[in-house]
Amino acid sequence: MATEAAVVERRSAGRRLADLLHRRPRLQVGALLAGPLGWLVIGYLGSLAILLIAAFWSVSPSSGELVRSLSFENIETLIDEPVYRTIVVRTVVIASLVTITDAIIAFPIAFFMAKVASRRTKAILVVAVLIPLWSSYLVKALSWRTMLSSGGIINWALEPLGLSGPGYGNTAVWLVMSYLWLPYMVLPIFAGLERIPNSLISASEDLGAKPFRTFRRVILPLAFPAVVAGSIFTFALTLGDYITPRLVSNNQFIGNVVFNNISTNLPFAAALALVPIVVMVGYLLVARKLGAFEHI
Amino acid sequence: MRTQDAHPATTAWLVVAGLLAFMLMLAGCGGGSGSNGEELTELGKGEGQLNLISWAGYVESEWSKPFEEKTGCKVNNKVAGTSDEMVTLMRTGEYDGVSASGNATARLFEGGDVDPVNVDLVPNYKTVFSDLKGQPYNTFDGKPYGIPHGRGANLLMWNSDSVKPAPTSWNVTLDPQVAAKNKGKISQYDDPMSIAEASLYLKAHEPDLGIEDPYELNEEQFEAAVQLLREQRSLVGEYWSEAEKQISAFANGDSTVGTTWQYQYFALREEGKPVAASPASQGFLPEEGATGWSDTWMISSEAEHPNCMYMWMNWIISPTANAQVAEYFGEAPAQELACEHTENKNFCAEYHAEEPEFWKRVYYWKTPVADCGNGAEDCKNYNDWVQAWTTIKG
Repeated sequence: MATEAAVVERRSAGRRLADLLHRRPRLQVGALLAGPLGWLVIGYLGSLAILLIAAFWSVSPSSGELVRSLSFENIETLIDEPVYRTIVVRTVVIASLVTITDAIIAFPIAFFMAKVASRRTKAILVVAVLIPLWSSYLVKALSWRTMLSSGGIINWALEPLGLSGPGYGNTAVWLVMSYLWLPYMVLPIFAGLERIPNSLISASEDLGAKPFRTFRRVILPLAFPAVVAGSIFTFALTLGDYITPRLVSNNQFIGNVVFNNISTNLPFAAALALVPIVVMVGYLLVARKLGAFEHI
Repeated sequence: MRTQDAHPATTAWLVVAGLLAFMLMLAGCGGGSGSNGEELTELGKGEGQLNLISWAGYVESEWSKPFEEKTGCKVNNKVAGTSDEMVTLMRTGEYDGVSASGNATARLFEGGDVDPVNVDLVPNYKTVFSDLKGQPYNTFDGKPYGIPHGRGANLLMWNSDSVKPAPTSWNVTLDPQVAAKNKGKISQYDDPMSIAEASLYLKAHEPDLGIEDPYELNEEQFEAAVQLLREQRSLVGEYWSEAEKQISAFANGDSTVGTTWQYQYFALREEGKPVAASPASQGFLPEEGATGWSDTWMISSEAEHPNCMYMWMNWIISPTANAQVAEYFGEAPAQELACEHTENKNFCAEYHAEEPEFWKRVYYWKTPVADCGNGAEDCKNYNDWVQAWTTIKG
């Protein structure tokens, strides 16, 4: 008797909750979204907000402990010291070069995969593009370090031609980054090209357009948002990397300076970390103007 | 009814704003710790646990397992890669102790993160090399703040096939004219502490600057050292941060001369590479002397397991354990009696462990602070060093 009552009560409690949620759909949506939204807000926006605030703190010169009061010292140093301008410009230029290089290399590969290759070849090519992502980033960067060293395979191969490799430096960083992030460019372009109906290409040809004109007037405009989407990956990844520059050059990138300051002067590191955010926001605004997000 | 509900977008924004406010509140709180500056007066029973921060190779099962068996203190070790990381970790208050190098100890003391050590409770301290006791990087306000662990010098190493004649001075890496011969082949340690190397060089060659201690530099002295390294920048082949990176660069000939630790030198010798360092006739160091490091076990002011930490400090400088760790890591032991227990009977001689004359010419890393004892508080602090190092590398 008692258990039966409990069951009834439990059922009625569940039903009451169901009724409540049914009567108030807003509550239902709220309960569903609380988890993911909380994660997004606390995990992403919250830490970004703290980063923003920390950029205006400072450290005590004697003990190195945080001083939590407003100061523009970090931003001033960032603007006044020419070395930080050099580093920011270097990072942005290399990131742009890597993006352009990857776009130029990735487009023909993606086009072949999407429009020319047979079903079977396409599958093989997709796997081939993905395979480099299976191995560790560090292994790839260190292999490049070995290959680029003065007694490395690149110099060995170029020697008979009377040439020598780039050695360590900005060129090496550009080369390694372009290699590392290529798959992130190929895949979005491939997906974008696959969505272009073949009939459009046939129609262009039927109307008498030469292949180059078809490419320029039909394919490129339709695939452009995909290229921009891929470029966001390559650009952002290069902008934030600090390990490759350490391994194949003596030059500092934004990430290296953040890393060097993170434990001695956290507020300054936070101020520096704002730079990529600002650059990225600007980049995304331009990308939106170019129509990268229209078909998402 | 419906019209009374807030617009969904507004609701979402309210939730976001609320959560953000909550986050900021959390960020605003926290902090506010301090040392009571009290040392332990009596050693009690072990607490069963011990949380350490150490350099890679300082806490290995070979000598930590016997410690656990003997004391019942289970060792939980966190390896840190840099001195800066050690300071950050210690400030969490979750650790009992740390093996701090001299460029971290003063920061830990100033921040109130460590307590003085009652050396009477560490019997093995008596036979620690006396020139390691009472040093400026392990003694503050006249009290010992740690137990010496071991030490090493930053040597000048060169490729004996390509660098001739054998260098006798740091001028092969620092004098703009002399170093130009090694353009693109110089290997420099990628750390603000390299500024001390330059100021040590200036101490010997530019007496007008009046540098006494390479870590206590006023504006003019600091600028001179930084300028020297700026000129060196175009000659440097590689700034190394990990020992392995330097070993590979010397092994394949990318670097031929530069600052190194004894560890890399002996590793390359063992591989049969043609490397050399200053010979015995020069006291094993270039004529200016050298920078170096001496590590210290410090106890946290918030240690939850102080008894276990004291037992650990005594254990790690016991003759066998200190010999094991010194040999494993490649450094000179702090314990006099350890030299009888090394596997390689030549070990203490190779690392000059028992030669006070050698160590007199080594300037151990310490944290540069504004208050460098002249009363004017006009010395450059560590933060200035870090910023300058960034501008040097460009």
